[in-house]
Amino acid sequence: MKILGSFLRRPEAGAILSLLAVIAFYVFFGGVHLERLVKAASWVNFAANLGVVAIPVGLLMIGGEIDISIGAMIPAGSMTTAILSGYYGLPIEVGMLGALSIGVLVGLVNGLLAVRTAVPSLIITLGTLVGMQGVVLSGSVLLTGNTSVSLEAPYWAKFMFGQLMGGTHQVIILWWIAFALIFAFVLHKSRFGNWIYAMGGDKKSARNAGIPTERLTIILFILSATSASFVGMCQAILFNSAQVSGGMSYIFNTIVSVVVGGVLLTGGFGSVLGFFIGTLTFAIVSQGIYFTNIDRNWSNLIIGTMLLLAVAMNETFRILALGYPAVKKKEVRA
Amino acid sequence: MSDTIPVLELRKVDKSFGPIDVLHEISLKVNKGEVLCLLGDNGAGKSTLIMNLCGVQQPTRGDILMDGEKVSFQGPKDAADRGIATVHQFGGTFPLMSIGRSFFVGVEPTKGWGPFKIYDRKRANEIAVKAVQDFGITRIDDGDRLVGGLSGGERQSLAIARAVHFGARVLILDEPTAALGVKQAAHVLRIVNEAKRRGLAVIFITHQVMHAMAVGDHFAVLIRGAVAADFKRGDKTREEITDLMAGGETMADLEANIAGYMETHDGHPPTIVA
Repeated sequence: MKILGSFLRRPEAGAILSLLAVIAFYVFFGGVHLERLVKAASWVNFAANLGVVAIPVGLLMIGGEIDISIGAMIPAGSMTTAILSGYYGLPIEVGMLGALSIGVLVGLVNGLLAVRTAVPSLIITLGTLVGMQGVVLSGSVLLTGNTSVSLEAPYWAKFMFGQLMGGTHQVIILWWIAFALIFAFVLHKSRFGNWIYAMGGDKKSARNAGIPTERLTIILFILSATSASFVGMCQAILFNSAQVSGGMSYIFNTIVSVVVGGVLLTGGFGSVLGFFIGTLTFAIVSQGIYFTNIDRNWSNLIIGTMLLLAVAMNETFRILALGYPAVKKKEVRA
Repeated sequence: MSDTIPVLELRKVDKSFGPIDVLHEISLKVNKGEVLCLLGDNGAGKSTLIMNLCGVQQPTRGDILMDGEKVSFQGPKDAADRGIATVHQFGGTFPLMSIGRSFFVGVEPTKGWGPFKIYDRKRANEIAVKAVQDFGITRIDDGDRLVGGLSGGERQSLAIARAVHFGARVLILDEPTAALGVKQAAHVLRIVNEAKRRGLAVIFITHQVMHAMAVGDHFAVLIRGAVAADFKRGDKTREEITDLMAGGETMADLEANIAGYMETHDGHPPTIVA
């Protein structure tokens, strides 16, 4: 009973229950073929691509900000890699460095605007989202005369970033797991993580306590934009080509994933494990539906319902977390 | 006490925003182990005074002295480094953080080495719980508990214990009892007395005269940005202080007015016309 109580108080409780509920739903109502679902690569690949972006976006949301410019940073990353190393034939290292640099640059702009102006980060990153779409499209047309560029990556780059493990599973799955472990360490074990929570809880008090909130905000924005351009880079290397379109679906998919994962929209609450499971849940709903006999057109309805249920659960658990376990012994007042 | 050097002293401090004078020639001092109660109605300039004391704003004119030496705070961090701690009305400000984590925000204890330095949860929790219990809050015994789950009085106590633990010498309490019930407020007043006993200089800001009289050694009444009265414990009665705060119109007059009205109106109090 006590174990259950402390489980429900954790930020990722809602995500874990959502995952179980979705699987149960697919088993009972969808006649899902579980063995095929587990062995399938489609949803794992989908989750990994999404998850690499969702974790830093989740961290940003714990810190009280949001970044939707990632929707443009994924094509920006893949196009930069493809244009530099494919169209101009420069070494792949140059293309990769270019892709990551553009992520750092846009993240820096987002971060600086967020700390220097009073404009909410949703609007700032909406601006850089639309702006970067323009830059990517016109840049691509100007430089290559095309909106799609092919790329031939050398073996080592393919191996590291664009390999299909066992012919089906993208290597980015390993990157996702590595990202999750690193960020979990940072958020839950390091001082830096405590600062992110404090900043999201109350920015003014955090600053008064000596936390460099401005620098922290900028770093978080750089991390989210760069992780998006990293995903774009991996996709270009995997598919041997890049297009200017695409990436927009990532905006809402990341937000749904981290919200299901237990983040509080106003900041100050959430966990990396929650983001990880939230992403997994999202991927199983949207991709796992192909393994059921439910018409796949329904998947968005399921996602919407799941989102609302998960948020309602998370709210309840948060209230629980604020209270104290009733089973705890009553202390005699001194 | 007149021969000791005050820990914190204000000399003719003015603060203006453009043409508007919010504070006018404020002179105050507070000694070690003494509670200075700053009384004033809403809008009297209490908040502006606090902001000048804790480094958020700088006075337009006048001097702030610590231990007899002139100081100028560059920001809240600077003031905090010099031992000035401010605890605001709602005390603990990170409701979704654990007691241990919020206690050590910005100065987290770590263990390990290099990039693998990790936050030492066990030590943080132990120190935080001990610091709070030393102030007599024995109900807090688990550092993993979230701050938001504590009562208002407990949060205040936690914030005060935190300030004392990190070496505060001057404790500025901004309306610590305003949002609290009677029992909780009594709790906080006990903590204030404990802080005083430990030799801190306490500036207690309130508009509740009862609470001020329970702990104060020295009182200053602020009216429209100026110190209207400055007196010691026992010099004035509660009624006199309340009258002062209301700006001259005595509470007794007001009560007499209402009583007179009620006599002529079948015992109904006057209706308020906005």
